[in-house]
Amino acid sequence: MEGADHRMSNVLQVRGLRLRRGPRDILAGVDFEAARGELLVLMGLSGAGKSTVLRAIAGLEKLDGGEIHINGVELTSGRRSASPAALRRKIGMVFQSHSLFEHLTALENVCLAQVHVLRLPRTEAVARARELLDQLGVGERADALPRELSGGESQRVAIARSLAMDPSLLLLDEPTASLDPARRNELGLSLRRLAATGRALVLTSHDDDFVREHATRLVILAEGRVVEAGEPRKVLDSPLHPATRALLQRPSS
Amino acid sequence: MRRRAFAGILIAVIGVSAHLAAQAQAQAPTPAQPVLRWGGDPEGGAPFVQADSRNPNRLVGFDVDIAALIASELGRRPEFVQITFQSLDQSALRGDFDIGLSGIENTPARRQMVPTSIPYYQFKEVLTVREADRDRFKSLADLGGRKVATLSGTIAADILGRTAGVIATPYDDDVHPYSDLAIGRVDAVLLDHLLADRAVRREKGLYTHPAAVATSQYVVIVSPKDPGMLDRVNDILRSAMRDGRLEAILRKQPGVWNDDQPKLFQAMTATTAPEGDTSAPASWFETTRAFLPKLLMAAWTTLWLSCLAMVGAVVVGIGIAVGRVYGSRSTRLVLTTYVEIMRGTPILLQLFVIYYGIASVIALDAYIAALLGLGLNYAAYESEIYRSALEAVSKNQLDAARVLGLTEGQVLRLVRTPQALRLALAPMTNDFVALLKDSSLVSVIAVPELAKQTQIFATNMGSWIIPGLMCATLYLAMSLPVAYVARRLEARWKAPTTA
Repeated sequence: MEGADHRMSNVLQVRGLRLRRGPRDILAGVDFEAARGELLVLMGLSGAGKSTVLRAIAGLEKLDGGEIHINGVELTSGRRSASPAALRRKIGMVFQSHSLFEHLTALENVCLAQVHVLRLPRTEAVARARELLDQLGVGERADALPRELSGGESQRVAIARSLAMDPSLLLLDEPTASLDPARRNELGLSLRRLAATGRALVLTSHDDDFVREHATRLVILAEGRVVEAGEPRKVLDSPLHPATRALLQRPSS
Repeated sequence: MRRRAFAGILIAVIGVSAHLAAQAQAQAPTPAQPVLRWGGDPEGGAPFVQADSRNPNRLVGFDVDIAALIASELGRRPEFVQITFQSLDQSALRGDFDIGLSGIENTPARRQMVPTSIPYYQFKEVLTVREADRDRFKSLADLGGRKVATLSGTIAADILGRTAGVIATPYDDDVHPYSDLAIGRVDAVLLDHLLADRAVRREKGLYTHPAAVATSQYVVIVSPKDPGMLDRVNDILRSAMRDGRLEAILRKQPGVWNDDQPKLFQAMTATTAPEGDTSAPASWFETTRAFLPKLLMAAWTTLWLSCLAMVGAVVVGIGIAVGRVYGSRSTRLVLTTYVEIMRGTPILLQLFVIYYGIASVIALDAYIAALLGLGLNYAAYESEIYRSALEAVSKNQLDAARVLGLTEGQVLRLVRTPQALRLALAPMTNDFVALLKDSSLVSVIAVPELAKQTQIFATNMGSWIIPGLMCATLYLAMSLPVAYVARRLEARWKAPTTA
């Protein structure tokens, strides 16, 4: 795996990604990549296509063009495309709504795919699940049902559920949206630790303070395209594109 | 709810057509002439009361002629009121008609409950078997452990109920006991010789033993609303016995007149006291005690039948729902057609088709037919519940499962179905209670369930109060625990387990 080609450190490569719904181009050719250890943030105004990019990478959207490589497995719009199932083995995704399985406890949420996809023995799955929940600070909530968890708790359970599958690429949709500033910083630190274990993290966010503090790279999306990309502070401090400037305009200032 | 509405329309349609038929029947000669309303049941009622095959609006039979005779002696015009055989006594008490004739038997319970005329015809209870079993089954004593069919609410049903060893199988009509005997679903039929004679002529391969298992008589029942009516009916019957008019009426139908009748006529005209079985009727306490084990047995039948039918309905219903959510266009079309046919036609009709309709191809056991009928009908309703429940599970839940690498089958089995079942629980509970009650319909295919057994009990006792209360108690004892468990489950799924 640690082979000879120049993409060796790239976990994710997105090339010319196109997606249309009816007459509208949601994504009109998106290109970016994410390497191991990277914490990449997608920013953009609402409707810019950030969440759609994540869903497309997770194989939840049908592509109309372009390709997605994950650890060398290729997903395209064509017939030679790998099945989304093969691709998903390498991907974890944390939805904005967290989407924990409502009928299962936190622990069972983390165990389900370990038992039924990885075919681990139940005792082993439970042990791993408890360890992950402990690491994320929600160990004592293992037996609670999703509706009994706070927003922050359910987010951490959702992260544990993804990590249980040991993904090399973790996607998070708006993870900062429902957190207060202290929690946001806590989340940023744990996400950085995750990236440091050799994974690539791709997330969407509206929070430029969070991005400055924790992201390793920033990609700005507007009208279904990448309009700007680079080192976060640099992009945010001297924005080149009007969309980036619009992002930084706050109601108070 | 739609079922109820449908039943309402059906009843309205039947009511209107019955009304029109009654109007056609009346033919209204002189509107000024007062009417004598007489009640009877024309279903399978020859030679008593039967629709004329050449003109279905006209009734024929000796009871029709006797009613006409009584009416003309009273200076009235006969008007027919159609009443289910098993409800004749209750209808007389309610005053739905002035007199009732329909091969009504002379029993102590009846004499105690409703004004009853002197007997006008003497009959024998006889045993009919298949020709091949003629030497094997000669009497009830030879039929231990075997099914013997009869008409419910009759003396014959009583005799079978008291005969240890035989499995009494009461039907709602007097035709299907014999057709089921011919195809081997039962091994004998005990009924009035008039019915047996007709059946042997109709069905091939049947034989009736000539010896009488018991004898009884037919009587006219009279509404208590007109206190003088009973004496007048008795006087008219006696006078018709003396002057040969009754004999002429009975001779009109082939095979009805026989040597027993002159003896009966002589006895009736010699004395004024009504005759018949004069043994004292049982007290309500004794009757209740005698019927309680039967009611409990019937309740047990209702319960296991409903539970098994529900299990079948749930399994088939889930299959249909999954097919309708995930299936191809043609699969969806086939399943939708099935659901609409099962929901759009009466379950009673479905039971008849499954039990009698296809009997020439495959003669299903009554219990199997009942399970199939109830299960397949309710599967249609269950499938609609599950389909909407499956569609109500949020797409995000499914996407979350897919991203974890679960296959579509696993998503359905591990995430979508468990969540849908929680949504479906309340309507399912509702349906189970409805099924418990709808299971009473299987009595039409001779399965002795609770509602039917209660009706037999009530007929025997001459009152609905105790049987009605006991029946209601038993149904509630079965449905309330189900509702309770369902509420507990719902609460457990909703409420926080620990804070």
